[in-house]
Amino acid sequence: MSAKKLGLKQRYAHMTRGLDWETSYQPMDKVFPYDSFEGIKIKDWSAWEDPFRLTMDTYWKFQAEKERKLYAVIDAFAQNNGQTGISDGRYANVLKLFLTGISPAEYQAHRGFAFAGRHLRGVGPRVAAQMQSLDELRHLQTQIHTISHYNKHFDGISEFSHMHDRVWYLSVPKSFFDDARSAGPFEYMIAIGFAFEYVLTNLLFVPFMSGAAYNGDMSTVTFGFSAQSDESRHMTLGIEVIKFLLEQHPDNLPIVQKWVDKWFWRGHRVLGLVAMMMDYMLPKPVMSWKEAWEIYYTQAGGALFQDLARYGLRPPKYADIATAEAEHISHQNWAIFYQYTHAAAFHTWIPDAKHMDWLSEKYPNTFDKYYRPRWEMWGRMAKEGKRFYNMALPQLCQTCQIPMGYTEPGDPTTIAFRSSRFRGETYHFCSDGCKDIFDAEPEKFAQSWLPVHQIFQGNCGGATIPDVLNYYRLANGADNLDYVGSPDEKLWNEWQADKLKTAV
Amino acid sequence: MSQLASLTFYHNDDARPVIEAILADNPGVQVLNMPGVVKLDREGDIVIKRTTVEERLGRPWDPQEIHLILISMAGNLDEDDDAFSVSWKHPPPFNRG
Amino acid sequence: MSINAISPDYESHIVFRDAEQNFHGNRVIYVHWEQHLSFCSAIAFPLPPAMPFGAFVEEVIKPHYAAHPDAAHVDWSKLVWMIDGEKTAPDFSKSLAENGIQHKSLVRFWTPGLDGYKSSAS
Repeated sequence: MSAKKLGLKQRYAHMTRGLDWETSYQPMDKVFPYDSFEGIKIKDWSAWEDPFRLTMDTYWKFQAEKERKLYAVIDAFAQNNGQTGISDGRYANVLKLFLTGISPAEYQAHRGFAFAGRHLRGVGPRVAAQMQSLDELRHLQTQIHTISHYNKHFDGISEFSHMHDRVWYLSVPKSFFDDARSAGPFEYMIAIGFAFEYVLTNLLFVPFMSGAAYNGDMSTVTFGFSAQSDESRHMTLGIEVIKFLLEQHPDNLPIVQKWVDKWFWRGHRVLGLVAMMMDYMLPKPVMSWKEAWEIYYTQAGGALFQDLARYGLRPPKYADIATAEAEHISHQNWAIFYQYTHAAAFHTWIPDAKHMDWLSEKYPNTFDKYYRPRWEMWGRMAKEGKRFYNMALPQLCQTCQIPMGYTEPGDPTTIAFRSSRFRGETYHFCSDGCKDIFDAEPEKFAQSWLPVHQIFQGNCGGATIPDVLNYYRLANGADNLDYVGSPDEKLWNEWQADKLKTAV
Repeated sequence: MSQLASLTFYHNDDARPVIEAILADNPGVQVLNMPGVVKLDREGDIVIKRTTVEERLGRPWDPQEIHLILISMAGNLDEDDDAFSVSWKHPPPFNRG
Repeated sequence: MSINAISPDYESHIVFRDAEQNFHGNRVIYVHWEQHLSFCSAIAFPLPPAMPFGAFVEEVIKPHYAAHPDAAHVDWSKLVWMIDGEKTAPDFSKSLAENGIQHKSLVRFWTPGLDGYKSSAS
């Protein structure tokens, strides 16, 4: 009789356990120096379980299959000049922001999980972190490959890597990951694995990518969902991490709670960029940020935190404020970029009448009262030849590094100003959430590289706007300013004219 | 308070038999169609049974193939050779063993 | 030390990146026109502490807010000023420093009767 095939659970046990050993030349604490200083107590590493029970051999098999499917689509898109079939030339700007702001963060996540995969001493989480590290690298690569096709036609894409380390708004996602990666491995796992992947990335990859599909961008929706299919495994890792830490020792609860509070708020701030992409930058909008927040935070997060309450964990601090901000954040962010369009590597525009009506419908409590007048005023000024620019540099939040443009909870007419004193110096924040994060670790955040202050200190190529754009490698007159009048628009109009000619 | 278990799939041919199996085995499941994706929600849990998928597919189906079509999820996950589930219930709908 | 760091000497390696001495004799000063959120946030300037407050208004504040349609209607003698959370009446002939403005101080001002485009705070 031939041996019976092993079941999934047995296979997983064989392929993930007993692969490591107790070191003898050096004490374990010296081999794994990073997994104790954060104060997390682990009694039994073998209690870790990956519910997907994915072993390395199956991982390669499925990932190879996903890649084959994805690259077939990317090839087909390029061969058929798919870029001419997107909903409007404006659409390309979400890809510019994605590639400059989000793709380098995938690389940072790859590095972070490689670090966690090296420094956690339990073999189960090590294997899972290593798989995720490879996934994140794959995400970066597939995004570069997909968007490189757009780079043949549209401006603002080619210097994405150089820009990520320098441009003022890209310091927002960069500092988010720098913060996570300079923390210990457990905080990193809670920050990126739990707070970001489980609680927040759905907002980026599901409704936004669905929007890409709706706007005719077959290549982006494919890399997006291909990445997100890894993401459901990452979400599972995130939730396992938190359950594992909370089950191991009661002393872990306050530490984990502090990280959940911190990283929920930091993630919420970073995702404000996505809010603006969904509400303003998709020429054919698919779902408002507020609706997405309702489904993916209020509903899904609500169920999750209800489940985790059995460990004594409560929902993140200021989650109520974040939910209230869902009425405002996309409008406030797009207004920031509209007035600083001269310093951004993508184009901006005023939403047209139809789009504004959509915003009124989706934001009945706020759009007509607070934001429509702003766009109307700017629209009028533009018509008179006095397009509105803000020619001074903005005050930035010391923690999230976003211009301090967010308003007081409950009062959308007044900017929220918060500040703290540390070692004789004042630090400014956009919100209580960002202030709390600073106050818990002022030694870390006093070191923030704030782009505006760096310009003033003379570290960004000079004092004038052309000097700084040069330092950013941002081509003035092509990469920046309004969509209307841009080389992108000219090209798009030529494509449309060609289509008409062919049709006749 | 409501606790929706949720699975989101590609809207494509590979996912269709799995979506149909879910609709057959999980009374009350809600379907949200978005461009390119389908989100399935159900109070408490969602279970995918291998045999139900195989009836529709006409070939053996390994629950791990779900990695090729799954985009997102909510709930505690469990998986073995015969089923795949997401659930907020304790204990989950089939035992860990 | 409130940060939990693996290096015992973390404290001695902190880079206070925005210390006043890094700004070549200037102080970073933030200013914000309330109820005019067309200017999305307070705006920042590196300025010499000896600059008279009147020059700050004439040479820095006025030109940078001139793009707003309300700017032409401001009565600059009737502003309400707040420096670092305190309502105050700055002396225009005295310097920024003498008016209590320090490195990274925040100067907010209100223009009574002017509340942005169609009173929407825009």
